[in-house]
Amino acid sequence: MADVKVDISKIDEILDKHKDKPGPLMPALQELEREFGWLGPDVLIRVAQRFDIPPSKVYGVASFYTLFSLKPKGRYVISICQDAPCHVLGAQAVIKELEKQLGISMGQTTPDGLFTLEITSCLGVCGVGPVIDINGEVFGNLTPAHIPAILAKFREKAPAKEVGR
Amino acid sequence: MKLYRSHILVCHGANCSMKAPQAIVQAFAKALADNRLEDEAKVVETGCFGLCEQGLTVVVFPDGTLYCKVKPEDAAEIVTEHILKGRIVQRLVYRAPEQPKAVQTYAETPYFARQVRVVLRNCGVIDPDSIDEYIARGGYRALGKALTSMTPATVIEEIQNSKLRGRGGAGFPTGLKWRFASRAEGSPKYVVCNADEGEPGTFKDRLILEGDPHSLLEGMAICGYAIGSNKGYIYIRGEYELSVKRVQKAIDDAMAIGLLGKGILGTSIDFDVEIRLGAGAYVCGEETALFESLEGGRGEPRIKPPYPTDAGLFGKPTVINNVETLANVAPIIENGADWFKSTGTVNTPGTKVFTLCGNIVNGGLIEVPMGITLREIIYEMGGGIPNGRRFKMAQTGGTSGGCLPEGMLDVPMDYDTLAAAGTALGSGALLIIDDSHCIVDVARSFARFFVHESCGKCVPCREGTKQILRTLDRIAEGKGVPADLQNLEVLARVMYKTSLCPLGQTAPLPVMTTLKYFRNEYEAHIKNKACPAGVCAAAVD
Repeated sequence: MADVKVDISKIDEILDKHKDKPGPLMPALQELEREFGWLGPDVLIRVAQRFDIPPSKVYGVASFYTLFSLKPKGRYVISICQDAPCHVLGAQAVIKELEKQLGISMGQTTPDGLFTLEITSCLGVCGVGPVIDINGEVFGNLTPAHIPAILAKFREKAPAKEVGR
Repeated sequence: MKLYRSHILVCHGANCSMKAPQAIVQAFAKALADNRLEDEAKVVETGCFGLCEQGLTVVVFPDGTLYCKVKPEDAAEIVTEHILKGRIVQRLVYRAPEQPKAVQTYAETPYFARQVRVVLRNCGVIDPDSIDEYIARGGYRALGKALTSMTPATVIEEIQNSKLRGRGGAGFPTGLKWRFASRAEGSPKYVVCNADEGEPGTFKDRLILEGDPHSLLEGMAICGYAIGSNKGYIYIRGEYELSVKRVQKAIDDAMAIGLLGKGILGTSIDFDVEIRLGAGAYVCGEETALFESLEGGRGEPRIKPPYPTDAGLFGKPTVINNVETLANVAPIIENGADWFKSTGTVNTPGTKVFTLCGNIVNGGLIEVPMGITLREIIYEMGGGIPNGRRFKMAQTGGTSGGCLPEGMLDVPMDYDTLAAAGTALGSGALLIIDDSHCIVDVARSFARFFVHESCGKCVPCREGTKQILRTLDRIAEGKGVPADLQNLEVLARVMYKTSLCPLGQTAPLPVMTTLKYFRNEYEAHIKNKACPAGVCAAAVD
């Protein structure tokens, strides 16, 4: 994914949409993140040029927030909450199972590019912890035993060409 | 508006959304059509009822029967038995753990019976996507009253007289904040709703945003009129996709019929509302960090003063209120300050929304009068501790709050009493922890959170959070030394007194309170190299 050429005109189109708002940087970065899945150096530099602000400031903002990603992610991003309410209901065991099943640690992406594992801040569904979020779909009341079936469901959904790439 | 003899309310809160509410709605629609009842009963997709542990919940009106753990295949039976023949489907009704007799209506359950719903008056009752249903329940009447029969000054006076205090955690008097902003020099002025609900264990604002978005918009518009502002921003955390969708629809619908926008209700008053998203930074719940973020910067808190009411968003006078605070505004304007003060305590009138999580039978949210005790919440409404375990501690106010032991279960829940007990009412999050857990292990979980969320601007917080975690790790691993406990206490005091913003000031609260109430457990890890609960690696030795 890192070698995909980013379309400058697409970036400009998004930036122009936000440039007249008061405080345009956050909404612009949010839309760019949605569009490209991450914020690469070429994207951030273009933002700085177009908004006429120092690249250091753009990088400072992009690196501050956890929902902005400075490196590409897998097709399915598995976010797990380990904050106290999920922790006391057994989040650590679920984290260990995810790492074991996927053979990667938190913050890493599987070699086939299918899954990224990351820790998220509280998702606000604490009534049914432990909780994971996979590309916006939330799974609650989890135990390690639930994990294989959930992963299998997403493996099935993935386009065949991506599996084993 | 078409009238129906019966309504089937299907919870569409985020917790229940995991349990296929669309399939259940479709199953009900099909069952109604099969029985030719589609003109007699209506299926309504509502926001959260609050009884998340029993999801997916369905309530059938007019009788208010509460069905729990409903699956799509149950819909046909509910329709043919309940709607067609008027017989309650006993196997699906809610049963409180301590009451073998099945409870039938949602008002009779111990979970709901003690609740006083002001903020959540419409949550779980109306379709949040329907402005008509909000208006039918008296919505926007308070805005009309304020704009046509009250001056901005009398609106502020009413809010001040009600003694409403900020429900985001700090408990600052709302009316006073409005008064400061109304008198401040500078234009334009802004109304900002803080919907950056990131406190672990808290999901009350999300349920208001999802379940009754217009109540928030109405409160903001009234505030705008009172302080002379015609622009409002709602800063919603980026993780809350459903909230954003519902609030945007509510804004569009209110604009379309002149309840927001230019010339509200035919007056010369204008008020626009725009949504801005957070991007996953807990510190942005701090008001000045939120302004920084909204303006397009790193969410780092500013030094106060100047306070937001003088120089807030874009350096202009700004009122920033929490979602729950704003949802209280319309009922106060409509019913008066005296009505509001008839609930709750003298210094903290009104209700509070609490979210229950951790080791508790009925996890979810409740709205109760201020001053209720922790024991009543946990045992009478929450159903107690599951799996035959025993209560160990409750953390009030979320991860930035303190921890209370069993001996303090009778403390009344309000800002001042809890502050005196060394903890905080905060956002209303209640994390209940049973006796299978180790205090040091739980404290480590809190500490990890703050290491991640500290913004790094001031030294006491940036370095203090790391040192707390490092020390707790050492203790948990059986490598602690007696001096660690004194060092933790000194560090906690320094952070509490010298950090720039409430994040660093409250980060040590869980450590301070657990050291105070559960010191023997820390000492067991250090002196005996043992974890009494058998959780930490220290116990292996």
